[in-house]
Amino acid sequence: MKTDIILSGVGGQGILSIATIIGEAATRSGLNLKQAEVHGMSQRGGDVQSNLRLSDKPIASDLIPLAGADMILSLEPMEALRYLPYLAKDGWIITSSTPFKNIPNYPEVESVMAELNSLPNVISLDIDAVAKENNMPKCGNVILLGAAAAYLKILDKETLYDSIERIFSSKGAAVVEMNHRAFNIGYEAAASK
Amino acid sequence: MENSKKLLLLGDQAIALGAIHAGISGVYAYPGTPSTEITEYIQEHPLAKERKLHSSWCTNEKTAMEAALGVSYVGKRALVCMKHVGMNVCADAFVNSGMTGANGGVVVIAADDPSMHSSQNEQDSRFYGKFAMVPILEPSSQQEAYDMMQYAFEMSEREGTPVLMRITTRMAHSRAAVAVKDEASEVVSTGRASSPANWVLLPANARRRNKEVIELQPVLRKLSEESPFNKAENISSGKADLGIVACGIGYNYVMENYPDGCPYPIVKVSQYPLPADKIIALANSCKEILVVEDGQPFVEEQLRGVLPSQYVVKGRLSGALPRTGELNPDNVKSGLGLAATEVYPSAQNVVPRPPALCNGCGHRDVYDALNKVAAEYADTKIFGDIGCYTLGALPPFRALHSCVDMGASITMAKGAADAGQFPSIAIIGDSTFTHSGMTGLLDAVNDKSNIVVVISDNLTTAMTGGQDSAGTNKFEAICLGLGVEPEHVRVVVPLPKNMDEITRIIREEIEYNGVSVIIPRRECMQTLNRKLKQKRAEKQ
Repeated sequence: MKTDIILSGVGGQGILSIATIIGEAATRSGLNLKQAEVHGMSQRGGDVQSNLRLSDKPIASDLIPLAGADMILSLEPMEALRYLPYLAKDGWIITSSTPFKNIPNYPEVESVMAELNSLPNVISLDIDAVAKENNMPKCGNVILLGAAAAYLKILDKETLYDSIERIFSSKGAAVVEMNHRAFNIGYEAAASK
Repeated sequence: MENSKKLLLLGDQAIALGAIHAGISGVYAYPGTPSTEITEYIQEHPLAKERKLHSSWCTNEKTAMEAALGVSYVGKRALVCMKHVGMNVCADAFVNSGMTGANGGVVVIAADDPSMHSSQNEQDSRFYGKFAMVPILEPSSQQEAYDMMQYAFEMSEREGTPVLMRITTRMAHSRAAVAVKDEASEVVSTGRASSPANWVLLPANARRRNKEVIELQPVLRKLSEESPFNKAENISSGKADLGIVACGIGYNYVMENYPDGCPYPIVKVSQYPLPADKIIALANSCKEILVVEDGQPFVEEQLRGVLPSQYVVKGRLSGALPRTGELNPDNVKSGLGLAATEVYPSAQNVVPRPPALCNGCGHRDVYDALNKVAAEYADTKIFGDIGCYTLGALPPFRALHSCVDMGASITMAKGAADAGQFPSIAIIGDSTFTHSGMTGLLDAVNDKSNIVVVISDNLTTAMTGGQDSAGTNKFEAICLGLGVEPEHVRVVVPLPKNMDEITRIIREEIEYNGVSVIIPRRECMQTLNRKLKQKRAEKQ
């Protein structure tokens, strides 16, 4: 079994922390993992992505081939669309619907959402609204991870839950608790869609 | 020693840990994407701290390379790390290190950036290795990167030559599980004295050394032939339709396309000089050869030169693979002649999202001021340099007329002023100034060139993530020491509320006929926020 994930967003949004949690969970589950990241210039507010590959067999390439991704997990709706040719025909897009507009020519949000919704397997969540509603403005990426967990067959929900604890434990019990809550909120929201 | 512990490591981190475990005395480096994380890992590693391994940043790649040669001279092991263009800065030291040879092991990491994710060119560092006649390693996995460090240091000492390891962005910045040794070697010392006759490269010594280095080449070729990192598979007496030479991570992209095993004869190359016997055997077992290598057609060109004309060699030169840009599973698939997969077409509602200066960044205020004053003159030229502030070339500022290499802002502004350009302005960051700008400023002072140099000082090496900057707190002293007149070294705080003062000072210094230095100084927003966060965390 293999799962190839493209994580996308805008530099500074925190896609690498999602990758860290999934990576920790995958390693503890005994899976092979390769994760190609983007560092450097594009982290200054440009488009960023990470190729995350999990498999119970050895993995050759660090990069996911075209039409190879089982999931595009995105913190921004236009950034989810950017990698569409990499999505497998039966793959899922799980994305925040909150646009991040740091460019003057950002397309009409309605057109972005309409194009997303024209695809067969899309879960979009207004992550910012959910985070604000629940008083956890910094937890958007973990809410999104929770939403993805409902579709990540290769990893148990419980394993991810434990990984959140391991990754955030140095920041104190309150931070762990809040991120656990964020994860559950995302999970429920996606599962109910 | 057993490798029982598994760690999830970036390629860069695997190299760093491999070097610590191989018993280095220190790492010498200047930050540069995608190589920065090697040194950062060593800076933070408990064993490196306990052993007090050298890991502070160097002023530039040349000082790093030369310091490493000093370490080698006294019989200890040193790692040198840089991005590919850093090889140009240290080329004098690097190429001549091939001539001196090594006593303690010297391993140089050059991190290439095909596709130019964070760079200005696609130069392939393997050419430098060949040029300097030193062995080159090119790992295909994070595990190999780790394992190769011990191997490289041993080879460096045994053969008395520096070793170059060439990696690319995808190796540097991709994570995988790596089995590591339970125990590190002690810090290694060869116990040998260096012979000044090898290290004093006067012509008489250099001519002898040149012969010795040339005599070493067949030995290095034999090592490549027997290397555990090079392998030939599926070589048979028949004539397969295709044979493959796959270098470094190129091997992974080939294997990605053959999940059940490669059906063709294939030679994996991770150590150079090229294992010629293996490649000749491959050439004799196939009708044509595809060379899969990231970067420039280094191997493809060599094969075309070596093999008689009846052999067909394909690769980046022939067009079987793209001439520019990094390899990926898909362009390798096409090069292998496999059918493309059906994909979703590119989305309609997507526009480019270029990087930009952070909100609140001091460089923004510097560009606002420069643009305001520049517009008052008929033909202002602003020569840029390498760092976050290169983004001043993009909207909304569009302020820069050039950005070529580290330090070129000052010297290009000088040359342009020599040729009559007015106003001629250079903008350079604090770390870039100490890296390669100081010597150019001395040229300008000596010629009394009519230029304004803006050293936009954010107290860090920001582009690569906030490493220490060599000149912090020393810039006024450096400029005065180089001979800039004290009344023309001006310091300002780049904030919108100071705009009138800043523009006035820029105007005054443009009007002064000679070398002026303006230093806008305000801390980088990224490092400032990180510090504030840390403080908050400590309070809780």
